[in-house]
Amino acid sequence: MTAGERPRSAADVRKEVRNGARDTQATVEQALQRAFDVKAGMDGLNIFVSLDDALLREHARGAATQLADTEPGSLLGVPVAIKDNIASLHHPTTCGSRMLKGYISPYEATVVARLRAAGAVPFGKTNMDEFAMGSSTENSAYGPTLNPHQTDRTPGGSSGGSAAAVAAGIVPIALGSETGGSVRQPAAFCGVVGVKPTYGRVSRFGLVAFASSLDQVGVFGATVDDAARGLRVIAGHDPLDSTSADIPVPDYTLAGTHSVKGMVIGRPKEYFPESLDPRVRARCDAALAHLAALGAIVKDVSLPHTDLAVPVYYIVAPAEASSNLARFDGVRYGRRLPGDGLRGMYEATRTGGFGPEVTRRILLGTYVLSAGYYDAYYRKAQRVRTLIADDFGSVFGSGVDLLFTPTTPTPAFRLGAISDPYEMYMSDIFTVTANLAGVPAMSQPIGRVDGLPVGGQLIAPHFEEDRMFAAAYALERALGDEAHR
Amino acid sequence: MTAPTMDALLANWEMVVGLEVHCQLKTNSKAFCGCSAAYGGQPNTNVCPVCLALPGALPVLNGRAVELATTAALALNCTVHPVSVFARKNYFYPDLPKGYQISQFDQPLATGGHVDIGRRADSSPIRIGVTRVHMEEDAGKSVHDRYPGVTAIDLNRSGVPLIEIVSEPDMRSAEEAGAYLRVLKQILEYMDVSDDSMEEGSLRVDANVSARRRGETALGTKTEVKNMNSFSGVERALEVEWIRQVGVLEAGGTVQQQTMLWDGAAQQVRPSRTKEGSHDYRYFPEPDLPPLVLAIDWIAKMRHDLPELPADRRARFAKDYGLGEYDVDLITANPRLADYYESVARAHGDPKAAANWVMGDVLAQLKTTGQDITTFRVRPQDLAGLLNLMRDGVVTHTAARQVFARMVATGDAPAQIAEREGLVKVNDDGQLAGWLDEVIAEHPAEVERFRAGEKKLQGVLIGAMMKKSRGRADAKQIGAMIAKRLTSNE
Ligand SMILES: [Zn+2]
Repeated sequence: MTAGERPRSAADVRKEVRNGARDTQATVEQALQRAFDVKAGMDGLNIFVSLDDALLREHARGAATQLADTEPGSLLGVPVAIKDNIASLHHPTTCGSRMLKGYISPYEATVVARLRAAGAVPFGKTNMDEFAMGSSTENSAYGPTLNPHQTDRTPGGSSGGSAAAVAAGIVPIALGSETGGSVRQPAAFCGVVGVKPTYGRVSRFGLVAFASSLDQVGVFGATVDDAARGLRVIAGHDPLDSTSADIPVPDYTLAGTHSVKGMVIGRPKEYFPESLDPRVRARCDAALAHLAALGAIVKDVSLPHTDLAVPVYYIVAPAEASSNLARFDGVRYGRRLPGDGLRGMYEATRTGGFGPEVTRRILLGTYVLSAGYYDAYYRKAQRVRTLIADDFGSVFGSGVDLLFTPTTPTPAFRLGAISDPYEMYMSDIFTVTANLAGVPAMSQPIGRVDGLPVGGQLIAPHFEEDRMFAAAYALERALGDEAHR
Repeated sequence: MTAPTMDALLANWEMVVGLEVHCQLKTNSKAFCGCSAAYGGQPNTNVCPVCLALPGALPVLNGRAVELATTAALALNCTVHPVSVFARKNYFYPDLPKGYQISQFDQPLATGGHVDIGRRADSSPIRIGVTRVHMEEDAGKSVHDRYPGVTAIDLNRSGVPLIEIVSEPDMRSAEEAGAYLRVLKQILEYMDVSDDSMEEGSLRVDANVSARRRGETALGTKTEVKNMNSFSGVERALEVEWIRQVGVLEAGGTVQQQTMLWDGAAQQVRPSRTKEGSHDYRYFPEPDLPPLVLAIDWIAKMRHDLPELPADRRARFAKDYGLGEYDVDLITANPRLADYYESVARAHGDPKAAANWVMGDVLAQLKTTGQDITTFRVRPQDLAGLLNLMRDGVVTHTAARQVFARMVATGDAPAQIAEREGLVKVNDDGQLAGWLDEVIAEHPAEVERFRAGEKKLQGVLIGAMMKKSRGRADAKQIGAMIAKRLTSNE
């Protein structure tokens, strides 16, 4: 087992760098050492698809001198791993795909620019399912990432590399992205905290689009506080993203001092089906008991359209993906394979560049948008999507402050265990609803089953991340070591 | 087989035309990024992550493009909708970087307008319906003839803002189609929303045309004709394609719905290789852009602030300046010429004299030099100054034209030129009498014949006087002098 040793928290790193106990170079050096120790490379856990030691050391030196005479940033000296579908300078941005092998973005994502402005050091690019399509990182062109807790298990996906980087103790914070649970599910599988903010809370500029109406950059943290610090830095309006919301960002770390006394926490019955692994159910009930002991009121609620979420998701997301991935045509950048004429080049490039799951979803999405099928599939799916959002609206409108559910129906499954795409899709059954409704949600460790982490999920109303963090901080404190036992 | 004449075919068949006009909006930057929208420039220099469709880039709508599109739609009498929705039109082409074009589909910016393009014999207006006006972005350009064996892509145009103006199938001849295009172009020029140049590609026209027997009310199968690069090319292409369709129908065949390409050099249409109906654009709402929401008050203000429309200006010029229809049409053909005229007329005070000079000397000068009125050396206040000098008897009409020529060349003020070049009118009777003596002495034969009753010879004598005075004598005044001298001296 390579997990266990927790990375130094973001707050501690900042404090040390600020008071001169260590410098940014030392924090980066330590993270590199840890990556080496846990065998994070391709022949080991396969967490990083690109991690350039020399480049990182150079950046760390730059960061140290640059920040010497300015007000220290809130992530001063903190190494932050970046999912491979978020544009960053210097390191390639390949989305775990052969299509973009070696592609280096000439511009950086807003979230990366904000991290650097806060003093953080972007620490390599992490492995992922190709174009974020998958729930295990097995769809990566670079091969799967291994779960640091048990290496025969998946870390989940699609942001599996980022979750594993935190779980293996390399970095306290990592960026991931969600379209349908791609931060929360790997967070649950890897025993770390994973936050999917409200749609529009974080800029998507520079996040390579999968399904634009669902995509959102998310944050992994070793602790709730690490995640809160990370989100606080990247959240907020961005004029370069027309779907980003111009709503003030509170200091999420202050939520740690808030009480959950009197808070109404809904327990939606659709997320606790008969078929739920009883050990997962037991962990969830224990977590709820902790919250109740802190004065929260736990209430049974219903989100009746939950069972439609996965089917709706697998119409909306592929439809948008089929259009978003059209730009990978071999004309301007990325891979180009020769073929007979223009059409032949397109076919060779896209057939050779995309893996089977991406191809499957492009075909599915193209089909549901086609003339004659649009109304039956895409339009209808969008209508059902509003029903799912309305479920959340009416529950939150009835005096419920937050929802608590299991993040996933089971702990991490074995690598290679799921070959049926539909069965794989069902591992996101408890997470895709928040993406479809656009509400914020997060997963945090609430204990283990057979040594494997179990995640508990909090879901809040739009832009109420603050409230969600308050409960997460409180639960984390109440669970103590139990969260990792 | 000889081609049947248009007239013979028109006796039995009717042409039905609808036009789709793409017009580039006159913005500094592109529709969804900050790149320059300027025409020309080295290939692929006005580009950025957004209009190159780099992974992760997102569009941000250019507010100026919305203003210009709204202005155009209101000028075409459309209803501008408070909520419209951008949609993706998906297709693969190398000069379409995202693999989709951001356009509007089932919820366009504006619908239900019309344009009057003239009057019928019974004086009822010929009104062409405008189905819709929507916003979209341009694609890049494929360059096939630059490098042997390969196609080059220039993305400078990628993302340039356009409006598409779709008409109802209300035109019944190629001439009506041409008239619609000219009226449309004039309105867009008056609104200052576009540069309207088919040559530079800022205005593009696709035509839908069908044929039906006279008396028939149902529409025939249409074809889409593309690739015209002038209004007259559109007219000619419509005639050629319609004649082709009528030929097919008269032979008992059926017209295939397809896209035809106009070959201007050969004056022919040929079917495009891409089959109609094979394109399924898979439109869906653009998730990267929220719906375009326009406040009702803002739309009302845009309507209120609309620049004067050509028809309104024509009516006003006829009424305020007492100009005839021909003069009004000529002067208002172009809004900047109309502005020029109006400045001259106001500064000078005699609108008819101003009209004569603008339509005569000014237009002739512009035509000769190929200049635009906006860069014309003679500014309106100076032309008015020249007209004032004539009115006040400071220069003669003949001298005024010499002064004007100097104004065109130097841009100097007319009074200064008249003074400097010695073109101020001579009113000194002694000087005039002296010149007349010389003229009489130099033209004894003409003087004799004039005295004998050949009064038209007065013109020759006046001409000689003018030459002597270098145009500084007043023709009327010396005419009277000649008549008086040559009759009284008998
Ligand atoms: Zn651009």
